[in-house]
Order: sequence, then structure tokens, then C-alpha cells
Amino acid sequence: MKQHILPAIKLTVLTIILFAVLYPLAVWGIAQFAPDKGKGEIIVYKGQKYYSNIGQSFTEDQYFYSRPSAVGYNAAGSAGSNKGPSNAAYLAEVQARIDTFLVHNPEIRQSAIPVELVTASGSGLDPHISVAAATVQVKRIAQIRGINPARLEQLIAEHTDKPLAGLFGPEKINVLKLNIALDEMSKANNQ
Amino acid sequence: MNTEILGIIVMFTATLALALPFGKYIARVYGGEKTLLDPVFNPIEKVCYKISGINNKKEMNWKEHMVALLTINLVWFLLGMLILMTQQWLPFNPDHNPNMSADLAFNTTISFVVNCNLQHYSGETGMSYLGQMWLMFLQFVSAGTGLAAAAILFKAFREKTTDQLGNFYDFLMKSCTRILLPLSLVVALILVFNGTPMTFEGKDQIVSLQGDTVNVSTGPAAGFIAIKHVGTNGGGFFGANAAHPFENPNYLTNMVVMFAQLIVPLAMIFAFGYFTGRKKFSRMIFGVMTVGFLLLTLPNINMEMNGNPAIAAMGIDDSSGATEGKEIRFGAAATGFWSIVTTVISTGSVNGMHDSTMPLSGMNELLAMMVNAFYGGCGVGLLNFFIFIILAVFISGLMVGRTPEFMGKKIEAREMKIAMIIALLHPFLILVGTALATAFPAQGASTLNNPGFHGFSEILYEYTSSAANNGSGFEGLGDNNLWWNITTGFVLILGRFLPIIGPIAIAGLLANKKYIPESNGTLKTDTATFGLMVFAVIAIIAALSFFPALTLGPIAEYFSM
Amino acid sequence: MKSNNKSLFQKDLLNEAFRQSFVKLNPRLMFRNPVMFTVEIGTAVMLIVSLWTLTGSSDQGSFWYNFTVFLILFLTLLFANFAEAIAEARGKAQADSLRKTREETPARLADGRTITSAALKKGDIFICEAGDIIATDGEIIEGLATIDESAITGESAPVIRESGGDKSSVTGGTKVLSDKIKVKVTTEPGESFLDKMIALVEGASRQKTPNEIALTILLAGFTLVFIIVTVSLKPFADYANAPITIASFIALFVCLIPTTIGGLLSAIGIAGMDRALRANVITKSGKAVETAGDIDVLLLDKTGTITIGNRKATQFYPAKDIDEKQMIRAAVLSSMSDDTPEGKSIIELAGVNPLSYAVNAPRFIRFSAETRSSGIDFEQSRIRKGATDAIKRIVEKAGNIFPEEIEAKVREISGKGGTPLVVSENETALGVIELQDIIKPGIRERFERLRKMGIKTVMVTGDNPLTAKFIAEKAGVDDFIAEAKPEDKMNYIKKEQSAGRLVAMMGDGTNDAPALAQADVGVAMNSGTQAAKEAGNMVDLDNDPTKLIEVVEIGKQLLMTRGTLTTFSIANDVAKYFAIIPALFITAIPALQSLNIMALSSPQSAILSAVIFNAIIIPFLIPLALKGVAYKPIGASALLRRNLLIYGLGGLIAPFIGIKLIDIIVSLFI
Repeated sequence: MKQHILPAIKLTVLTIILFAVLYPLAVWGIAQFAPDKGKGEIIVYKGQKYYSNIGQSFTEDQYFYSRPSAVGYNAAGSAGSNKGPSNAAYLAEVQARIDTFLVHNPEIRQSAIPVELVTASGSGLDPHISVAAATVQVKRIAQIRGINPARLEQLIAEHTDKPLAGLFGPEKINVLKLNIALDEMSKANNQ
Repeated sequence: MNTEILGIIVMFTATLALALPFGKYIARVYGGEKTLLDPVFNPIEKVCYKISGINNKKEMNWKEHMVALLTINLVWFLLGMLILMTQQWLPFNPDHNPNMSADLAFNTTISFVVNCNLQHYSGETGMSYLGQMWLMFLQFVSAGTGLAAAAILFKAFREKTTDQLGNFYDFLMKSCTRILLPLSLVVALILVFNGTPMTFEGKDQIVSLQGDTVNVSTGPAAGFIAIKHVGTNGGGFFGANAAHPFENPNYLTNMVVMFAQLIVPLAMIFAFGYFTGRKKFSRMIFGVMTVGFLLLTLPNINMEMNGNPAIAAMGIDDSSGATEGKEIRFGAAATGFWSIVTTVISTGSVNGMHDSTMPLSGMNELLAMMVNAFYGGCGVGLLNFFIFIILAVFISGLMVGRTPEFMGKKIEAREMKIAMIIALLHPFLILVGTALATAFPAQGASTLNNPGFHGFSEILYEYTSSAANNGSGFEGLGDNNLWWNITTGFVLILGRFLPIIGPIAIAGLLANKKYIPESNGTLKTDTATFGLMVFAVIAIIAALSFFPALTLGPIAEYFSM
Repeated sequence: MKSNNKSLFQKDLLNEAFRQSFVKLNPRLMFRNPVMFTVEIGTAVMLIVSLWTLTGSSDQGSFWYNFTVFLILFLTLLFANFAEAIAEARGKAQADSLRKTREETPARLADGRTITSAALKKGDIFICEAGDIIATDGEIIEGLATIDESAITGESAPVIRESGGDKSSVTGGTKVLSDKIKVKVTTEPGESFLDKMIALVEGASRQKTPNEIALTILLAGFTLVFIIVTVSLKPFADYANAPITIASFIALFVCLIPTTIGGLLSAIGIAGMDRALRANVITKSGKAVETAGDIDVLLLDKTGTITIGNRKATQFYPAKDIDEKQMIRAAVLSSMSDDTPEGKSIIELAGVNPLSYAVNAPRFIRFSAETRSSGIDFEQSRIRKGATDAIKRIVEKAGNIFPEEIEAKVREISGKGGTPLVVSENETALGVIELQDIIKPGIRERFERLRKMGIKTVMVTGDNPLTAKFIAEKAGVDDFIAEAKPEDKMNYIKKEQSAGRLVAMMGDGTNDAPALAQADVGVAMNSGTQAAKEAGNMVDLDNDPTKLIEVVEIGKQLLMTRGTLTTFSIANDVAKYFAIIPALFITAIPALQSLNIMALSSPQSAILSAVIFNAIIIPFLIPLALKGVAYKPIGASALLRRNLLIYGLGGLIAPFIGIKLIDIIVSLFI
């Protein structure tokens, strides 16, 4: 063992330089050529900077809701609810979300509520909802904003992210981008 | 075809297709043959060896290998404690995250040294950037350690009779520079160009569209996330791990990191075949592992896509599946698939919360870690599988009327003793740990996030994940306290080093034995029949040891729903 | 003596085995078997619990339930002990019957005193005459005798033993038929091979074989796993508010540990030695039987193993211008006094009674090393028969010509692996007799079987390479050593061993002793010298060279029986789990009723059924343990498939059926 200690320490120091200094520096260096210089995908709207990948809390009826979050969409942290599928308190909470949704969307049948709108995401920062989850909110938003539902549905279609290469994975909609487009559409309407 | 299912199939088959040539490449690396990256890394390694005073040409026997391995791991551990307990005062800490407590530092350091990455802290608030870089270093070298150990095994079965099993430092460095580093670099770049941050700036404050003021944690994540998957480490840069939109921004990155975590364990299986000239034997191993993997993963995909029956009973549209704890951009299928990939190999990164998966999905995740040898972690998966092979050889060798032999070497009492100890160790650590935590509910059970059977599963999962050096969790568990930090810390150490030392010792002992040529009466270990036998041994050992515990956890939960 | 057909369980053996089953309960004896030792501890605990319930405490269930569990566990122990005891008893009985023949035989010492055989010491010299039973194993130091060895070998033909050379050894219990011999005692009383074997079987000096040790480690490992499983289940169950009674814990534990193989393991080992003994092979250690299963190379003596005893005359080839009748007459007459098997076979082939020829005042010429011919002189006739060159010399010395066609025939016969004998009358060559080795019927198939087992057969012969090659091909052996000297055997063994192969051989002569010692399995013939018998690790009482093949199969059977019963035992656990686990928790967690896939009637009956099944499976499998699993030479992979199917899948399914049936019966009572 003795004969290995010094070599081990020296090798550790040298490999730290290799793997914990040079390697990240190389990635960082190349990241400077990436969009937004490796700081995450950024969109700027009305002078405000947003991270398009980090979901935001949308609880106001005039916006498309985002999903429930265990961390309130505060990206200083990230977590899921970690509730077990049989947890009675959790199931009661889901039921309460359904009831709340029905209060705010009285014209929607219970069977049309997509499950992701009443369940929290894994990160608490999920930027997406499904197409169904957007469509189910059209009536409410159309009434509040006074926009033709058909135009809203078209907006949804425009903002639907197709599966990767049209082949792999689910369809989805970035809620932030959709809501920004929604605000734009309202602005255009009001002018 | 359903795009979610198609995504999984392509993910898996593409990785498999690449694993074959990559396995050939790995065999060349350990065989000391010329490889593409030699011109870059040979001079660097030469300098490293020269300064460190290491003779990388000196052949070691298995004992010398183990001494070298343990010594350098001890150095990493001590240095790790030092860094994590002083990170507050060290540079690269823009968010002013505090020093770790001694018990948390103990747990975290061990966890990263042993390639587990059980995280009792949350990256955003618990770790400075310097700390993250240090952990990233450990992700390289701990994976390298596992690969080097497997290389010793390779060597032991290539020669007919020998105790010259290569040089540990040579294997370690080559694993890191020729296998892990190039792969990580490629993966990191793909991540960076898809929105994963690689910056040394601190938290950003933003006001949301709706007007809420929130903070956004960021950091040098891309490099870290690449090696965490390539090295099957799994520790998240952020708390939510690969479910975090920065760590895993879209479906493409999800496929890429899935590839990243599968490629080395898969390639190592084939590398063994290429290296020892026993390709058919490799195929047998691959077959058994894949059958086990599919038996666990297919039900999980199905159950997660079908959704939670308790929520379906509320009469809403659950066509998206069990979405609690899942991200929309991956969908239930890819998350269900991931839940088994990450648990059969010892990555332990998650792209959805396991605590919220269906009861029997949770059971399959547990089983994957209880077996810990369907693919398994970098290098160590093969070592774990090796123990099951020895047991299967022993029983089936007798069944064909010969005293058991494996690859021309007799399996005798001494090898059996070691194999049995290692096979025993896993249930011992998991069951005794869980038993202690349930016997002293004030310590263990009080930290649960869920009541009843599911709560029991959370405890069982934590020890299983520790013993398997996996690192995923039923994360509802409030695990940052003295009890969990210390108990899982010890489980981690034992669950790492004994299962490395055991198989290497057996391989070393066998390598030293007289070679017995094959005859018609010799048990063929590269056949489907023998594969079936290995599978039966695995199934029976895992099922028999853990069935009662699983009954009181996920099975009881399932039947109660 | 041939007791091979006796039933597995004879009454007197059963009584002895029953008694031993209880004697073996002694924990100090039990400790050797870790699996059954833990069962014994569990049984003791159940006894205490049963008594405890008598004090009125009821949280452990009723007295009768607990006591029943205790009784069944106790039975489990007895069954396991019985398996070992019956195996011992059978082995001992077999050995005893061999020994009985030689007990209390009077021995006449050289100085005229008569003492009993038991009093003979090593080095004593005694005298035997026609009609005497030889008192003990020894070596003839003077004289020659025909001996009836049927008491030991079952072979009725008498054999000749004489002092000096390789045929000097006599066995106690055999009978002298003619002449007088002086015998020197070679073993101390109680130390003959048979005595050693009996001690092995009785367990006093029985050591675990290496493979048995490794298997015991595996089984002990499984036992430890299940200790962990059951002990940790206590806090789990308490946490789930489903407390478990001690009876259930112990039942679960006993059912899970591999009691079936644990209980039968030593019986299997003893039965292996016993089977060898039944084949009239005395093994000096259990390890030798085990090693026999691993043999890669068999060295077989040509004579007696591959060919029937000796060469036989197969054809007469008269010379040109010679009447066949004349040649046959000469051949028969020259063989009249030749009582070697070859000589007899010539008369046999001719089919003529030698006495039918008119021969006056014959003078027989015996075979000698110088003349290398033998024959008969009478009246004007000088008939000779012998090796080609010997006769040729006689013929040419008299000025006659040795015919070319005879020379050609001689070469032809040699090339076919035969031996030519030339016959001459009055220095004129009459013709050639062809002698051929007769390959034993069925031996080719036997070698084919060995080849499928992965065993290489090597023929050892004194013949020249040409003849050896011919016979080797005809018999289907893989290799041969021609013109073999004892050191050739030794070298061959060493060569194979250095390549990692295990070699078995059989031998009798003192010359063979080093090779016998060098071989991994050396079987000495009982008729061989003491040195040979000391050097080998088995002794074959029948002196039958084909015995090697049987020994290998016995070894394979032994290992296979261990492997299959281990598989069976472990596979059983699955069903036992499905019986016991629901029973443990159903009361507290009714949802787990779904796990009760066998629909067992109640938790108590489920647990009892599992424990009962666990107990009675042992006596059910005793016959298999004693007889051994049949070995089929179908290649290792096919064999594995077959055994996995029978004992693996069978072990998985059988207990589901068994436990359900028992439950139906048990549920009638509770």
C-alpha cells in the first residue's frame, strides 16, 4: 500500500487537471459558439429575458395553464412531488385540482381533462403541455380574451412541436411560447 | 406506429448497433493495440506517469491490483471530504452555497467515489461550482475504476495460466482517456447545442410573463451531465436530475443521454468476447442480460403508459399515462423505459420521479437493482454477472456429471466461498439496512413522504439503490440526516468494493490454475441452455431473497389499489 | 456375493437405519451438516414454543398447531438422518458380506501352530493346501496353486497364483483348490482395503470430498441468505402491522433453506462408494469416485479389455501342393500338448479330435525361448509350429526351400494385425495358421459412448505399432501405445496430465505401481501385486479391465445426483414462497389473498402443508439418492437441458401440486 500512496496522490492531481479543468474548459470554449453562448436557450419579450426551457407558472385564467409544480416553478430548485400512486392525501389533491379546473372551465366535461393538467411534473419546471391540454382551455381563454376559438386552435396548431424528425417521441407545446403568442394575438386584436 | 414507442425502439437498437464496434475498440484499448486517440493521449499519459513515478508496464497480480485500486480510491475519498466541507470558502461559488456537514460530505464523497451518486443534497443549493467540478472528476475516475477492474477480469481469462494481469494504472488511465473522455466530449457538445448551460455565472433572477419573480439556477452543467451518463454515475447537476429541462432539454437529448449511459455497459460485454476470443460467450451474456432487461422494461413501459388506475377512477382523460412526476416532452413511454435502463445499469439518473411510478413499476426498478447485473454499471455490471455465472457453472457443472469448471478452470471450494459471500452481501446490505430503518422508526420511517406500503418501498429503495451503487431514489424520502447519511454511506462502501474484490479474486485464482482443455463432456458455457441456467440462478437468488420484502412494499400496494 | 439385485430397503437394514436416525440427532454429529443443523435449532425452538403455549399464552397460536409444526420438523430431521443411515447401512452390509467370508478362518503358521485369521499380523507366514480357505490377504512366497476366487469375484473359473511375478497376490476368503503355497501376510488386521472401505462408509473416517465441501459452502450460503431474509422480515412485518408467529418464521425458514439436498448430500456420497462396491470395486476414498467422473483419458490394456483374453486361430493357409487336410493334421498334432489359449483355439478351429489321429509313442516338444517353436515327434514325423523365422530356419537348415507364397501370406497376416504361425513337418513348410485378436463384442459401442462423454480412450499393448494400429482402428479407440513398456504408460499419463487432463488406468503388476500412483484414478486388480494395490486408489475384485468404464460412470452419476437434487431443492422454494408468504400476511393485509395462487384453505393449513411437503420430499427422494441419477452420454449441453427440464422445471412444478394436495388433506383436520 505504502508504495502506492504517493503515486496515487500525484496521479490524482494530474488527472484533476485533465478531467476537471481541461475537459470543462474545452466544453465551455466550444459552448461560446452555441446559441446564447451556453447559457440556456433565451428568449427576450418586451425587454424581459426568459429561459424558453424553464417552465413558468401560469395560473391566471387568461393564459394557458402550465402544469402543477412541486416547486412553484421557482428554478432556484427543482423537484417532483414524489407522491406515491396510492397515497390517499395525494389522490385527494388531484381530485381538488380537477374540481378547481371544472370551476374555472364550467363548460368542459370531466372526462376531457387531460391528466397532466392535474399532476405535477418531475422537475417542477416542465415547460410543456400536451395538445389536448391546450385545446381543453380554448373555450375559457376565448371567452376571457374575446378571441375566436378557431383562431386559438390555429395558434395551438402553429405552436405544436412535432415529434423529433416527425418520428420519435410525443407532440407537445411550449406553454411560455404559446402564451407570448397569445398576448401578441390579443394585442393585435385590440389595436 | 406510435411515435413514443418508435422512439424507444430506435434508441435501443441504435445503441446496440454502435455497441458492437465500440466493444471491438475497447478490446483494442485494453489489449494495448494502436487506437485512433493514441497520438493525443499517449504523450499526456507518459507525462502523468513520469511525474507520478508510475511504471505502467509493470504487470500486477490480482492482489497488487486491488491494493493499487483501494489506495487511490482512499486518496479520492479523503480529498473529497476536504473539498466538500470547505467549498463555501473556495472559489467558483457564485451562489454562496454553504459547506457540507460532515455526515453529508461523508455520504456524498463516498457516493461519488463508488460510482453511485446517491444525492442527499440538491445541486442548486448544496454544491458550489468547484464542488461540481470535483464531483465530475470523481465521475470520470470512479467509472474508470470499474472499467479497469473489468479489464483485469478480461486479462485473467485471456491467458491459459498466468498471474500477470496487466497494470492497474494503465487500465485506469486508458479507461478514462480512451473510452470515457471522448464519449463525454461528444455528448457534452450535443447537449450544449440543445440548450444545456455551460457557464460559470451564478443564479439568474427573472420575472415571469405572469409577473412572478423567480430565480433560475444554472452552471457548468453540460460537461457534468455528459460524463454522469457515459460513466453510469447518474448524479444530477440539478436536483431534478435528467428531468430538469436544463439537463435534458428535449427528446433528442433524451435519446443521446440514453445512448450515453447504455453504450459502455453494452460495449463491455462484447469487448470481453473480442478480447478473450470468446464471442459466443459474449453473446450468451448479452442474451441473458437482454432478456432480463426486456422482462423488466416492457411491463414498465406498459404500466406507465396505462396510467394510474386510482386517477383513471376519477373519470378524467388519462391517455397521457401516469404523468405524475413525468415531463411532457419525454412522455410516459420513454420515462418508463428510462426507469429500467437507469436501474439495470447503475446510472441512477432519472428523467421522471420513480417515487410516483406505478407500484409494480417501482418493483421492477427495485428488482433491476437487486439483480444489478442486467448490463450493470461501467465494468462492475460484468463483475456482478460473473458471480452469477460462477454459481450457475457450479450447479450445472455437477448436473452434467463433472466437477464444475469454467473456461477450463476448476471451480473449487475457495472460489465458491468468495462467490457465495458476494452473492450474500447484496441481500445482506439491503435487508439488514431496511430492517434497521424499520426497527427504529424514529430514525428511518419518520422521514417518509408517503404512508403505508409505499413508505416501506421508499426505505427499501434507498438501501437497494445504495447497495447496488445505483443512486436513484424514491426521492420523497427526507434523506439528508445523520441516519441516512451514515447508514447508506457504509452500505455504499461495502456494496462497491467487495463486489469488485470478490470477482477479481476469483478471476485471479482461476487464472493461476491449470488449464483443462475442453472435451465433449465439458459443460459448454456459451450455449442458450447455459444462459437459461444463469438466468434461473439470477431469478431465483433475487426472487428468493427479496420476495418477502417486495410483498410488503410494492406488491401489497399493487393489490391494495 | 452378487447382491446387485437386492432391493433398496432390506428389513434388517431398515431397523438399523431407524436406530441410527435417532443417534444422529446428536448436535455434535449434526454440526457437520450446516443446513440440517439449523433445522435442528429450529426444531428445538418449536419445542420450547409449544411448551410455552401450554402456559396459557395464546399469541403464538394453539399448542396443537405449534406442536404439529415441531413434530413435522422433527420428522424432517429424522428423514434426513435416515437417508444417511440407510446409505451407510447398505454400504456396510455390502462390505460386511465381503468380509464375513474371511473372518475366523483358521490359519496354519509355518511353525505348525494354528491361529485364527484375526490374530495374523503383517509379516506372518502361513501355509495353505488344497481345500483350505486363505485366511487373509497376502503374497505367495513359495509355491503355486489353483485358487477359486468366486467368493470375491463371482467368477467360477479357478485361477493360478504363484510366487514371484505379478500373480503372487491372494485374497482372504478365497479357496485353494490344488497344491500348496506359503503366504506372507501383507496387511495388519483391520487394515485391509475392505476394512478401510467399511470405515469410510461408517463415517468414522469419512472426510468430505473437495466437491462436497464446495457444495456445502453453496448450501450454507443459501442457508445464510434465508437467515437474513427471515430475521429481517420481523421488523418489516411489525412495521406493516402484520406480526408473525414464531412457528411461521421457523416454517418459512426451514422451507426455504435447501433441506432436500442438505438432508441427502451425505447419503449421495456414501451411495456412490456403495455403488462402486456393488460393482466389486473397493474405493479407498470418496474423492476417488468423484474424480472418476472427471476422467478425460482412459488407459486400457488391450488384452482382456478390448480383445477377448488371447488371440484365436481364424484361418489355415496351406502351402502350394500341400493338401489342406495334411496341414490341419500337422497343426492339430503340434497343438496337442500346447494348452495356451492359442493352441486350444487351433484345435477348436480345426474341429478335429486330436486323438482321432493314430500317433504312437509321441514325444512332445515344449515351447522354449531359444527355439521359439513347439511340436511333436512320433515315428518318422517331426512336426513343428512356431514363429515364421524360427520355422524358416529349421526348413532352410535342412536344405529345403521356404516357399515364397508362405512368406507372402505371413506379410499379409501381419499387415492385418494378425499373428502368423508356420507349421512344418519333417522340415518342410506346410502352411500358415492365422491368429487374430478377437475384439470383444459391443466394445466399439462402448468406446463410442465414452467418446460422447468426452473421454479419450487409449489402448496399451505390447504389440508392434502396425498390429496395434489395426486393432485400435477396429475397436474404435482414439489412441494407442504400442510395444508398451511400463514407463511408456507413465510418460503418457504425465503428458496428458501436463495438458490438464485427468487420467485413469488399470494395472496389476508391480511395474504398474508408479503409473497407478501417477494416474488420477488408478484401479488395481485384486490379483495384482500388493505394490500395485497400494499405489492405486481403487481395487477391482473382479480383475475385470472393463471395470474402468463402469467406475467413470459411477463417478459421473455421483456428481449428477448432487447437481440435480440441488437444483430440485432450490427450485422448490418458489412454490413454498407462494404457500407461506400469503399465509403470513393475509390476516393483516387481506389484499394479499391474490398471491395465494394455490388457493390454500387457511394460513395455518398453508404453513403446515408447506412444512409437510418439505419433510416428505426427503424420503421420496432417498431411492434416487441411493441409485443415482441415470447418466446418458448425449453430450454435456443436451444432458444439461434434460436435467434442467426434469429436475429444474420438475422442482418448480412438483411442490405446487404436492402442497395443494397436502392442503386438501390437512384442511379436513383444521
